[in-house]
Amino acid sequence: MNLGGGQVVNKQSVMPSSSGASWKSTAAGGSGGGGGGDGGVPDQFPAGLRVLVVDDDPTCLMILEKMLRNCNYEVTKCNRAEVALSFLRENKNGFDVVISDVHMPDMDGFKLLEHIGIEMDLPVIMMSADDSKSVVMKGVTHGACDYLIKPVRIEALRNIWQHVVRKRKHEWKDFEPSASADEQKPPEEPDYSSSANEGHNWKNTKRRKDEDDEGEDRDDSSSLKKPRVVWSVELHQQFVAAVNQLGIDKAVPKKILELMNVPGLTRENVASHLQKYRLYLRRLSGSQHPGGMNASFMGGPDAGYGSISSLNGLDLQALAASGQLGQLPPQSLATLQAAALGRSTNSKSPISAPVIDQRNIFSFENPKSRYTEVQSQHLTNSSSSKQMNLLPGIPTNMEPKQFVSLQHQSGQHSFGSINNQVLIQMGGQSQSQSHSHSHSHSQGQSNTNPHHGLRPPVLSSEMLTRGGVVDMATTVYNPVVSQASSLVDFSMNHKNDSSGSSYPLGGSLGIPNLASATPTPLQGDGNLDTKVPRRGIVSSYDIFNDINPSGIREWGLQDVGMTFDSAQHTMQGGSGPVLLQHNRSSEREMGGQNRNSTSGKAIFSPGVETGSHRNVGQQRNSYVAENSLRVKAEDGSSHNNTLYPEQYGDDLLAAILKQHHQQQQQGVGQSETEFGFDGYAMDNLPA
Amino acid sequence: MERNQMQMHRQIATIRKSLFDQGYLDEQFVQLEELQDNSNPNFVEEVVTLFYRDSARFLYNLDQALEKRPLDFSRLDSLMHQFKGSSSSIGAKKVKIECTHFRDYCNARNTEGCKRTFQHVKKEYTTLKKKLEAYFQMSRQAGPIETACRPR
Repeated sequence: MNLGGGQVVNKQSVMPSSSGASWKSTAAGGSGGGGGGDGGVPDQFPAGLRVLVVDDDPTCLMILEKMLRNCNYEVTKCNRAEVALSFLRENKNGFDVVISDVHMPDMDGFKLLEHIGIEMDLPVIMMSADDSKSVVMKGVTHGACDYLIKPVRIEALRNIWQHVVRKRKHEWKDFEPSASADEQKPPEEPDYSSSANEGHNWKNTKRRKDEDDEGEDRDDSSSLKKPRVVWSVELHQQFVAAVNQLGIDKAVPKKILELMNVPGLTRENVASHLQKYRLYLRRLSGSQHPGGMNASFMGGPDAGYGSISSLNGLDLQALAASGQLGQLPPQSLATLQAAALGRSTNSKSPISAPVIDQRNIFSFENPKSRYTEVQSQHLTNSSSSKQMNLLPGIPTNMEPKQFVSLQHQSGQHSFGSINNQVLIQMGGQSQSQSHSHSHSHSQGQSNTNPHHGLRPPVLSSEMLTRGGVVDMATTVYNPVVSQASSLVDFSMNHKNDSSGSSYPLGGSLGIPNLASATPTPLQGDGNLDTKVPRRGIVSSYDIFNDINPSGIREWGLQDVGMTFDSAQHTMQGGSGPVLLQHNRSSEREMGGQNRNSTSGKAIFSPGVETGSHRNVGQQRNSYVAENSLRVKAEDGSSHNNTLYPEQYGDDLLAAILKQHHQQQQQGVGQSETEFGFDGYAMDNLPA
Repeated sequence: MERNQMQMHRQIATIRKSLFDQGYLDEQFVQLEELQDNSNPNFVEEVVTLFYRDSARFLYNLDQALEKRPLDFSRLDSLMHQFKGSSSSIGAKKVKIECTHFRDYCNARNTEGCKRTFQHVKKEYTTLKKKLEAYFQMSRQAGPIETACRPR
């Protein structure tokens, strides 16, 4: 067994199973792991358990594989996280459990963990030579079902099947139509930190009680076996849209299910996904410190970062013109991108460098007073209430989607209350977007929006605080980015792998497209709620989708598009490009509209023209900014302006602006798609 | 022949025991030995060979990183962490200990300490490699029987 270099995946007779829940039967029978060919042969289990092991160390990988084979498991080994993810995506329900190392060069193990948890809902076991409490805790908070210390002994691996059973029982429980648990699935998160994988406590107890009965039933009747639901990007976006529509606090699985209206989806599926989602959000809001998740997210996408920089360079000009990008966004975008790329944490510095450059560029522009002014101008143009402008530029790198949504939101929404901090941040971002938008119109006007200038800083600062992803310029995005990084990154990473997919977010991540789900919301002003769902990683997706569907055609920045294209190419290295591509088309459409105001600013409140451009993702940002600016003009910026104040409290704005300001100063400017995030936030804003 | 073979096996067993007694190898090596079976009769040797082949890049990178001024301690620590993890997976006990010393000096940002302990790491790494090469060679010569009389 030679692992060889690069992404060698040696599949040891992985058995593709039609339904995830049928591991027992397939394990027993199909793949020849457990022998027997009949379904539901419990005594064969755990033989034939399908394990995917991911570790960049070939020695460890070889040893683990042998150990797992000796346990009679079916082993597939992988030395790259990206490859593992694509493998998991391609073989839905092809694995029962994943074992992953924590420190990997291409993607942080925790990020991979999150991706898997959200997309495939598989039990993931982390391992590392590092046994420090903080790292182990990180594993717990990210939802790992176990943490093994290297060197791993075979005894530790013999019992990993318990995690599969536990998860299955949990899912089955949800599936039970009669389970009173259904109603109990609390919309309220009792204590998220503890429910990472196992679900709520009540679920567990209930499960235990009925375990014997149901377990047997499950084994025997394949019909009861709940097929594992794969949360594609589209589906997730629909989910997020529904959640946003209902309001994160009031989102109950039943209502979400009704809103989503997806045939074949059960309340249980939604409930468990909601649980994860909440955990994710919580993580996002909790990690206000860059050092937290951010580290992993920011991880080093040097390449991406670099590309972003280059892109930014191009975009900067565009942005400068449009004044879209807030100072923060570049930084946050960069950070986001970095995060998205899922590089090692060490990459932060490289990232920041580019960001700074971007900022400089912007600053350069600023003197022209475009950029800074854009924000302020935007405000003024629209009418001061905007404030949000905060970070138009937001992180294009990360998720074009997010950026877009951010842009959309840049309008008033972002400032909105948004339950999530992220939202707010996004709002800020959107604001900046919108500002830039207006700015572009006035091109040259200087800052008529005094308070615009004021706002953005607040927004960003808020975002910084909230999201913890300080780097993300787009405040809104920050929290998302850091936390969500898993989602975002996921997409980003995915993109890297599949450069082909323009929208990595949508497709690769498998996260349901937020956007698709809520195209409408984006469009309309009021739909902020829908946008909100985006908050999580999803948001990034949404942004894009939203943008597209809404046909934001107003981009009008054709030239920007070009720039963007070139930028995209540059970005190709990182996930960014992929996203960008996607955006691009959407943007074009959006160009027309982009805005949310007209067709739909979808993400942002109607008034905000904005920003919708944000979606573009890093690159896009620059040109979104332009678009937004243009859009604004078209939409009647004033409209946007007024929206903000209504939706967001002044203090909120101030906070955001301050944050933004801080960000700018920090040169964080992540161009990441924080915007997307904003879009998200927007939804929450009280209309 | 048989006697010679038995003698060889005894010799191999003695060498093996001394590797453990002298602290070159630890329990993890036994784990590898237990994984060896008829379907993978040379598993241990394959793993060790893979380790030495793959870990060479860490030593190279560490050497390069130690040439820089000032030292990038976090990178050094990260590289050494990976190298240590890899070494521990084959049960290279002394190597692992020296890696720990290195990381301690890294955390203390002690340049001289780092450079000195890195030399120790390389020395232990090379010593173990020679000993294991000799051990495996003898094992191959003696034939597979030796597994039966391997003392635990």
